[in-house]
Amino acid sequence: MSAAKTTAFDIKRSLIDTILAGLISLIVFGPIVGVVLDGYSFNLEPKRVAWLVAGVMAGRFVLSLFMQTARGQAILQGFEGGGSGVHVLAPDYKSRLRWIIPALIVIAIVFPFFANKYLLTVVILGLIYVLLGLGLNIVVGLAGLLDLGYVAFYAIGAYGLALGYQYLGLGFWTVLPLAAIAAALAGCILGFPVLRMHGDYLAIVTLGFGEIIRLVLNNWLSFTGGPNGMPVPSPTFMGLEFGRRAKDGGVPFHEFFGIEYNPNLKFLFIYIVLFLVVLAVLYIKHRLTRMPVGRAWEALREDEIACRSMGLNHVLVKLSAFTLGASTAGLAGVFFASYQGFVNPSSFTFFESALILAIVVLGGMGSTVGVVIAAFVLTVAPELLRSFSEYRVLLFGVLMVLMMIWRPRGLIRISRTGVTPRKGVAP
Amino acid sequence: MSDDVILSVDNLMMQFGGIKALSDVSIKVKRNDIFALIGPNGAGKTTVFNCLTGFYKASGGKIELNLRGSHTNVIQLLGERFQFADFLSPKRFASRLYYKMFGGTHLVNRAGLARTFQNIRLFKEMSVVENLLVAQHMWVNRNLLAGVLNTKAYRQAESDALDHAFYWLEVVDLVDCANRLAGELSYGQQRRLEIARAMCTRPQIICLDEPAAGLNPQETEALSKMIRVLRDEHDLTVVLIEHDMGMVMSISDHIVVLDHGNVIAEGAPQEIRHNPTVIAAYLGADEEELV
Amino acid sequence: MDGIFLQQLINGLTLGSVYGLIAIGYTMVYGIIGMINFAHGEVYMISAYLAAIGLALLAYFGLESFPLLILGTLIFTVVVTGVYGWTIERIAYKPLRNSTRLAPLISAIGISLILQNYAQIAQGARQQGVPTLLEGALRVDIGSGFVQLTYTKIFILVAAFVGMGLLTYIIKYTKLGRMCRATQQDRKMASILGINTDRVISYVFVIGAVMAALAGVLITMNYGTFDFYAGFIIGIKAFTAAVLGGIGSLPGAMLGGIILGISESLFSGLINSDYKDVFSFSLLVLILIFRPQGLLGRPLVAKV
Repeated sequence: MSAAKTTAFDIKRSLIDTILAGLISLIVFGPIVGVVLDGYSFNLEPKRVAWLVAGVMAGRFVLSLFMQTARGQAILQGFEGGGSGVHVLAPDYKSRLRWIIPALIVIAIVFPFFANKYLLTVVILGLIYVLLGLGLNIVVGLAGLLDLGYVAFYAIGAYGLALGYQYLGLGFWTVLPLAAIAAALAGCILGFPVLRMHGDYLAIVTLGFGEIIRLVLNNWLSFTGGPNGMPVPSPTFMGLEFGRRAKDGGVPFHEFFGIEYNPNLKFLFIYIVLFLVVLAVLYIKHRLTRMPVGRAWEALREDEIACRSMGLNHVLVKLSAFTLGASTAGLAGVFFASYQGFVNPSSFTFFESALILAIVVLGGMGSTVGVVIAAFVLTVAPELLRSFSEYRVLLFGVLMVLMMIWRPRGLIRISRTGVTPRKGVAP
Repeated sequence: MSDDVILSVDNLMMQFGGIKALSDVSIKVKRNDIFALIGPNGAGKTTVFNCLTGFYKASGGKIELNLRGSHTNVIQLLGERFQFADFLSPKRFASRLYYKMFGGTHLVNRAGLARTFQNIRLFKEMSVVENLLVAQHMWVNRNLLAGVLNTKAYRQAESDALDHAFYWLEVVDLVDCANRLAGELSYGQQRRLEIARAMCTRPQIICLDEPAAGLNPQETEALSKMIRVLRDEHDLTVVLIEHDMGMVMSISDHIVVLDHGNVIAEGAPQEIRHNPTVIAAYLGADEEELV
Repeated sequence: MDGIFLQQLINGLTLGSVYGLIAIGYTMVYGIIGMINFAHGEVYMISAYLAAIGLALLAYFGLESFPLLILGTLIFTVVVTGVYGWTIERIAYKPLRNSTRLAPLISAIGISLILQNYAQIAQGARQQGVPTLLEGALRVDIGSGFVQLTYTKIFILVAAFVGMGLLTYIIKYTKLGRMCRATQQDRKMASILGINTDRVISYVFVIGAVMAALAGVLITMNYGTFDFYAGFIIGIKAFTAAVLGGIGSLPGAMLGGIILGISESLFSGLINSDYKDVFSFSLLVLILIFRPQGLLGRPLVAKV
């Protein structure tokens, strides 16, 4: 960069930008932030507006100045170039993950010995969201389908356990596979007609579907208990219960094994099973991206017309991604219900779908490791920062917008596996 | 239909709203020919292609493929409208419904017809090899369980698919680019990769939509050679749309000329070259002047 | 004819005309950039707040005559909501013009979450309301009972159709409308011909927001209450209306809105009011399966 260019700061332009931004933010924030409705009258809050507008103006001024520096220009160029950030790995590339994964597994095994109940529950919640994130990652990240009603399948899993217990006497272990199947079926029925249409329709239809499920759960008082929800049985291990005393004169787990009663046993058990399931799903996902169907998903995301010209049934390929994602959510729902001990419709609002989407977006669409990290960051961080809970949704929203502007593919670069070239196969 | 004719189009008609893109097109493509479809801009060449390859559902007429030892009705594959008679015969109803639900463009490819696109459609953010592996989707082991467990049969199938991919990479001279992103390749390389990808679906007819567009004379020459290789060594029928008359005249066995949605001439290159109607269509002269 | 039936028909007509107004925002944005503006429902929600705030402010300054009050509120709401529409486009859509297809959708969802939470933080989570402005009703005796047509409903119908008529005039006969239509047909060509398409897209967002603002004022007048979550359901319904009428088509949006409004209020009045939202969403899915191009839309031919 030449010196002439860096010295040519256009302060006047920056000031104009700042004043414009201030005016706009005054119009935008003024009424809503400054005039708080109170019944049919109102209270004035000019201070809040002043802070907000000042914040916006200061931010705009700094941004405007920064964009005129060499560094800012470089960043701006980077946006416009829009380098895809995708690269092919060398065929003999060995990921550092082969060290990190065993280390994480060891940590996960050791963890329960040191954890108290609170920590355990937080981690369980984190793992549930890892599961949800992985499932949605298949749908959004790999297949490029925007599913905004993902929470519906989660609800199907959770309510599957509650309803299965209430009406059919089914337990955790029976419902676990059944919930996955039920959620997959629901995904199939919803997806088949919609997936043949232009992609955006899927987003709105799934959004509607998520809302339908929630409304039905809320309104069908006689079947689902309505807004009050339903109780969920504790899981059992080989028919042994984790309570202090077993029902119907059975032998509880701790007596059977002759260990001391521990009220955390139930959570410990959920933790172990959940961890195993997460590992299995991680492995399956890892395999899927290298399998024909995984390649087909990504190819469809890239160019649907080309895929159709190569004999891929685009509806069925998309449907397979949608269904697999749905069944993962069904699994997660069962864990969530047993972890909470009861279910009610308020756990399955649109906000929940948005949170899972934020995990996928932040984790880098299509990146597995990113999703795992993002799931923990987005679920554990709010637990630690309880005082900010009011601003949680706002934060997710800002995060989504910024991520899309800054790096539409998420934080972690997407790498494609390389293959050793084979020579001499042709004449 | 004699077995010699691999693709027959009868009275093809295509309308978009009120605009008639094709009024009455009949074509017969012989097995193992290089068949060229030419005509001025807007004559309807690409529309014919899109009808053949199942991207457009023709408004009328018949398209029949005679590939892999069976006859395929392209229009039926795309799922026709229900007709009254369907509700009387459960069998017809079931087949109609099946094609409505599961039919579509992909079945045309599965019948043995592959195509390339005028504006290259590669999977730009996937590697070159992956592009070719996706094309072999119908030929690999798609069993989910086998893939997840990484069984021996699955690995064998994947390895075969890789062999096949590298075979075609060698044919189009792109082996060195195997591990690059498809979007990074140069224009000419992308064109070649697209042909290789189409070939990976193991077709018997390949439809090339302006394969030489944007290529320099050397590349065009190499392309002509490659098309001949495809025909001679891989037992393929080639249908192409092309504006480069030099290339068309030198490699085609049979040429059909379209103008305003009608076939105005057909025959061997020599006949077409001297056909007054064709010259008029290209030069825009009035018919009266020619007489 | 049955009294209840007729009454629901009238309710549905008013509700539907308002759905139609919001649907215009979806349909125009979809027409011009081929994308669903997920934040549009929230724009409506913001405008409902603005309407209540405007009314409260004007009443505070001692304005009492209904026409002036409603006119003032309308102008206030329309202007501020228009600025919201412009800002949303500037933040969530413009930087992503050349990005992947999914990016603007996700950023719009982000904006929608931001607006919801923003309204909640700024105004509190409780339900808000406005007093009834226009008392009284026309009562029509129809033999087996009577049908009540409140003045508010008449006002809503008139206002909605005037708004719709104005917009149609703008799109059909003004320079701005011509630019919008040209950009919708072929954005690249329009920009080659010297149309600033970025600005046209901004205008379209503003027009959508203005129509949503009109709807916000009208619905707030009719129902009186709303909260920060109100945009979500109405957003999906307005989108359903847009799809029903054929997305991209202006008269389609209005027609779809009215059909949806009428069928929804008939359903809730005659069958079950708990499941009226379920009914509307199911309608959306059914339309997409059997007639994805809607009533007045043209069937799409994919460009190969």
